[in-house]
Amino acid sequence: MPRLRRKARAMSLVLVERLSLAFGGQTVLSDVSLSVARGEIVTIVGPNGSGKTSLLRAIIGAVRPSAGKVVRAPGLKIGYVPQKLFIDPTLPITVARFLRLPAGATPDAIARALDAAGVPDLSARQMAQLSGGQFQRVLLARALIAQPDLLLLDEATRGLDQPGSAAFYRQIEAVRQQTGCAVLMISHELHVVMSASDRVICLNGHVCCEGTPATVASAPEYRALFGTGTGGALALYRHDHDHDHDHDHPEKEAAQ
Amino acid sequence: MLDDFMLRATLAGIGVALAAAPLGCFVVWRRMAYFGDATAHAAVLGVALSLALSISVFAGALVVALAMALVVNGLSGRGYAMDTLLGVLAHSALAFGLVAVSFLSGVRIDLMAYLFGDILAVSRTDLAVIWGGAGLVVALIAWRWSALLIATLNADLAHASGIDPRREQLVLMLALAVTVAVAIKVVGVLLISALLIVPSGAARPLSRSPEMMALIAGVIGAASAIAGLRAALVLDTPAGPTIVCVAAIVFAITGLIPRRQTG
Repeated sequence: MPRLRRKARAMSLVLVERLSLAFGGQTVLSDVSLSVARGEIVTIVGPNGSGKTSLLRAIIGAVRPSAGKVVRAPGLKIGYVPQKLFIDPTLPITVARFLRLPAGATPDAIARALDAAGVPDLSARQMAQLSGGQFQRVLLARALIAQPDLLLLDEATRGLDQPGSAAFYRQIEAVRQQTGCAVLMISHELHVVMSASDRVICLNGHVCCEGTPATVASAPEYRALFGTGTGGALALYRHDHDHDHDHDHPEKEAAQ
Repeated sequence: MLDDFMLRATLAGIGVALAAAPLGCFVVWRRMAYFGDATAHAAVLGVALSLALSISVFAGALVVALAMALVVNGLSGRGYAMDTLLGVLAHSALAFGLVAVSFLSGVRIDLMAYLFGDILAVSRTDLAVIWGGAGLVVALIAWRWSALLIATLNADLAHASGIDPRREQLVLMLALAVTVAVAIKVVGVLLISALLIVPSGAARPLSRSPEMMALIAGVIGAASAIAGLRAALVLDTPAGPTIVCVAAIVFAITGLIPRRQTG
């Protein structure tokens, strides 16, 4: 087992070790450890106020840990889609200009990123004129444009209707298949998430349980938080993904 | 037609307008309008101190404006709403400044010149300071432009791109302090915010990109300085306020252009 763990560590894009976060004396996260390996889709679920967004913000370096550390692979490129982005209407900016921030990108790269995000025709539009769904997809395009190794999505489907968010997650999986980037995402839409993830981490100030969607959905900690009403989601998962993934999952270790 | 003092005044007005344009855009985008006021009001205290210590007014105003920027930056997010904090600091600094000026016995200073500016009395040295400061501000903003934009759009997006938004905010505050210090002579502390905000606001309906908005704001600001000075000469009105009036009229006119509402 130690050999396996070392391997996981060497391959991981991001390694969070015993991370604790506190704001104004209030502990938000305590003793959280996780790692994300190349090419895997990991989803964080948890109730409101469980520290999901804070965890992502710690990974991008926006908040300083009060204990523990975040280790990013050297030269790691992160594409980040924030939970909400408000663009002041006094700021005129086209989609293409937004995608060129801050590093600059060729028109070709912009076209490819918009295409990958499923909104190929928006580059000349003003950001302020986009619909909610278009806006989210442009945010995704911006996250993709630097060809990231790791995509961080913080409730990226907020404001989308159900077909819209289902399409959005299909897009994420397609992107993962094309580029091989890893995805670490937060979502409230358990039924969608359960079918799209390789691994689920259930967070509530600390890691309650983690593993394959099937493992987590049947864990008592998860049921205590979300009830048993997600049984249907699990059925969906089994229906869609009844084949075996050939990944090295840490939870196999735990299960044995 | 242009007397020598008019030429100097015009050049001074254009210099300040060009620095104020890109900076003013960020002030508008980040909703920091009141912050410009606070920094400017604090500058009165700087004027009093520099007269008491016999140093240049520019240096005194710059130091106090910088201190004000750092205090606001440090105190923000500590329980007071930002507008309360700025209101307290801005008006306290102004009041302390006015009281401090009254202690300066023997020095008979024209306070009006600092509150409303005295652009017609701009000397060659002043002109050098104004253009030096304006050049510094424009260079600083041009250098940090992309980073400032992304930090303005969203702090977390900036972090994810490896940009520290707090550092960019500091860059803006530095630029604001320099602009306030050089603009005192031109429009005075009470109207500096107008020079930042009015041309930027007037440029908004005409712009489709952030760069275009900064550029158009610069053109509107410079044109307002030129036209305002001419109008002040013809109408025999105070120069600084007349410049602001012209810019305000441009704002009203461009505001009539209907914004395209699509999508």
